[in-house]
Amino acid sequence: MQTYYSDLLVIGAGLAGERVAVESALAGFNVICLSIVPARRSHSSAAQGGMQAALGNCAMGEGDNVDVHFMDTVKGSDWGCDQEVARLFADAAPIEMRRLAHWGVPWNRVVPGTSSYFKGGEKFEKFEKPEKEGLITARSFGGTAKWRTCYTSDGTGHAVMCTMDNKCAELGISVLDRKEAISLIHDGQQCMGAIVRCLRTGKLETYLAKATAICTGGFGRIYKATTNAVICDGGGHVIAQDTGVVPIGNPEAIQFHPTGIVPTDILVTEGCRGDGGTLLDVNEERFMHIYEPEKAELASRDVVSRRMTEHMRAGKGVQSAYGEHLWLDIRHLGDKHISTKLREVDEICQNFLGVDARTQLIPVRPTQHYTMAGVRTDKNGAAYGLKGLFSAGEAACWDMHGFNRLGGNSLAETVVAGGIIGVKIVEFLKGTETSFNTGVINAEAKRQQERIDNLISGRLGRENVYKVRAEMQEALMQGCFVFRNEKDLGTCVEVLQGLLERSARIGLVSKGLGANHEVAAALKIQGQVRLAMCIAQAALVRRESRGSHNREDFPARDDKNWLNRTLAYWPEGRTMPELKYEEATPHFEIPPGERGYGGGKIIHADQKEIEAKTITKSK
Amino acid sequence: MGRLLQFEIFRYNPEDKDSAPHMQTFVLEETTNMTLFIALNRLREEQDPGLIFDFCCRAGICGACAMVINGRPGLACQTKTKDLPETITLMPLPVFKLIGDLSVDTGIWFREMYQKTESWIHTTKEFDPAKEEERMDNAVAEEIYELERCIECGCCISACGTARLRDDFMGAAALNRIARFVIDPRDQRTDNQYFDIIGNDYGIFGCMGLLACEDVCPKKLPLQNQLGFLRRKMGITAIKQFIRK
Repeated sequence: MQTYYSDLLVIGAGLAGERVAVESALAGFNVICLSIVPARRSHSSAAQGGMQAALGNCAMGEGDNVDVHFMDTVKGSDWGCDQEVARLFADAAPIEMRRLAHWGVPWNRVVPGTSSYFKGGEKFEKFEKPEKEGLITARSFGGTAKWRTCYTSDGTGHAVMCTMDNKCAELGISVLDRKEAISLIHDGQQCMGAIVRCLRTGKLETYLAKATAICTGGFGRIYKATTNAVICDGGGHVIAQDTGVVPIGNPEAIQFHPTGIVPTDILVTEGCRGDGGTLLDVNEERFMHIYEPEKAELASRDVVSRRMTEHMRAGKGVQSAYGEHLWLDIRHLGDKHISTKLREVDEICQNFLGVDARTQLIPVRPTQHYTMAGVRTDKNGAAYGLKGLFSAGEAACWDMHGFNRLGGNSLAETVVAGGIIGVKIVEFLKGTETSFNTGVINAEAKRQQERIDNLISGRLGRENVYKVRAEMQEALMQGCFVFRNEKDLGTCVEVLQGLLERSARIGLVSKGLGANHEVAAALKIQGQVRLAMCIAQAALVRRESRGSHNREDFPARDDKNWLNRTLAYWPEGRTMPELKYEEATPHFEIPPGERGYGGGKIIHADQKEIEAKTITKSK
Repeated sequence: MGRLLQFEIFRYNPEDKDSAPHMQTFVLEETTNMTLFIALNRLREEQDPGLIFDFCCRAGICGACAMVINGRPGLACQTKTKDLPETITLMPLPVFKLIGDLSVDTGIWFREMYQKTESWIHTTKEFDPAKEEERMDNAVAEEIYELERCIECGCCISACGTARLRDDFMGAAALNRIARFVIDPRDQRTDNQYFDIIGNDYGIFGCMGLLACEDVCPKKLPLQNQLGFLRRKMGITAIKQFIRK
């Protein structure tokens, strides 16, 4: 078996992974980045919107600063975030955007003079100051007090990804594509690298490193309906949790978006509803106004998702070969509006559905969108439980998003956290020498080869991986989606327990040779079912509604009992996750208050305790 | 009931000693709004789990799923079966190394291209975190982005006559990449430096002008304009170099 050695091994070469790698390479360390796909195909490149950073250059961003950004982020998290981390993030974001500009990102810039913009379908005017000409401009995003989202046309993620990958090429970082880490090498104390399957040949390889960083994005693909790329399947989380000592933070915190198209769940923008689009049911009748008389279609992301689900449950969904859905109607907006203001939606409808949105309805359904859950790390990005293991980006629960994420904060997190954690990894590399236990390495390599051999021979059983996966995805859709309640969550956990047993008895249908996909799916299915169980069990135990976690039977946000973070461990041999809890934040800069949208009652925490933990900003 | 689609798919797994290149027929019932992404995944999950193909974003933004669809390179994710006849022939992209069935190695090809074109901003300026960002004209930023929209799917390379004839030809994607840096004011490279990279037969002068690259580009990049732009620029650079001698 081939063995490769580096100072830093980065698993995942999206924006977070490559940003971390760049920091170490700049400090002179040897870095290897592994990626399932060529780096530029990473899901980071799909992000269109932009990155939040309080530069305050544009007219509508005037007066913006890192404190306002910090406050928006904490509110958005429904006070579930680590405020120390949110502060680090907000403070570093403007510098990071400027650095990206220096490296080559073609950010859109301030154009001086008068121009118009739309808000709620109404036209307004704004004036950009001449002295700001050519500085990085920003656009408006939901949940932010100022226009703060830096962007490059409608392809921010793509543009930043190109620049970051160029930087890696410049620094000579080995970015190896079609390599999938299938387990971490560790002795229960220290992480030593990973066993990796080459997706060209199917052969196993060993990668040893002083430090290892998991930057593999979210795990939306364990749900049936998700906006995520097919590579966002939780592989990084699975190998971390598999160690038995690294917990998944806040597994129940999963964000949903109201309008993914059916069948492929590609996102169509909230702008459709913002500009006057309506949602229709099987009878082609509007329904949002029945549930939300004031805001109707314009209620917040999580609220609309909930109401759509409720309406489909009431039997008003449209049946299709791909399951139930509803309709999005933008026909009345007219040709001019659709081909200019909603060009991207128009193209998605044409290219993926063959639907002309001017005359036809768009099939949509609520869809999994973002995982606030992730490998739990401290504020330095160091994973709990194993020395030398780090995590950054959507893969991590670093935790600046808490229980809900603001648009524009996820893409920003990739590079901002990558930069901050990259520096911490450099400090770690400078201060650490290591030795590798060959016994541990060989045992792990042997164990992984045996797993593959067992799958091919069918020695442990003949369960079909795709069937088990489909049932897991369906179980989460039924019990753990937009709405959660005691009964459905209970059923979900039960179904998943059955699937966990079956996932131990997978046997391949194919021969499993070469770049075989069935092997890849089979190697991670058991870990995926465990992740699913973590979500379901943590959601079952958390008897409150906070951010995206919505309990029909416990609609209040309960700060008295639940102002905390879930840590889901899976010690070897267990059939259920072990749930522990820690306080949400070491201190409050902003004590818990109203989120400002989505409504809901709050059960307040003990005021004295909150006051004792509240600090004034010491800067 | 929908049409019964007949898929003729190229099969060969180089890692399986029993495998020989051949075409295999699959039959699948068409459903509403079916794309090749849906069809191929169903074939793999329901009929042959050994089938090798690539998808990533499945939304036309990452370029992973390029293949030859009824004779023409394109993205499988945004190809709807209802736009195709009942018989659908799928082949891997030519030029790139075959990994198996419909999957080819674009990753290594493009990474080598970054090295050849030195695909990064060449500047002597240092980043100063305490300073305001350097200003840029918005129109220039938008122009750069228009060229940076390339998703490296490889369609232009596999449709290119020169690339099929000689494997050292850089192709439209690489020339487009150079054009992106030529117009970027942050990159301090001179025309002579660019000439050293592309002023030859495996660069700008190897193009036969068949225009297929632009025809098949799923992002509709103005690839021929960039070729023309660079060829003029490099032509002038060559003349200047000649006069100086």
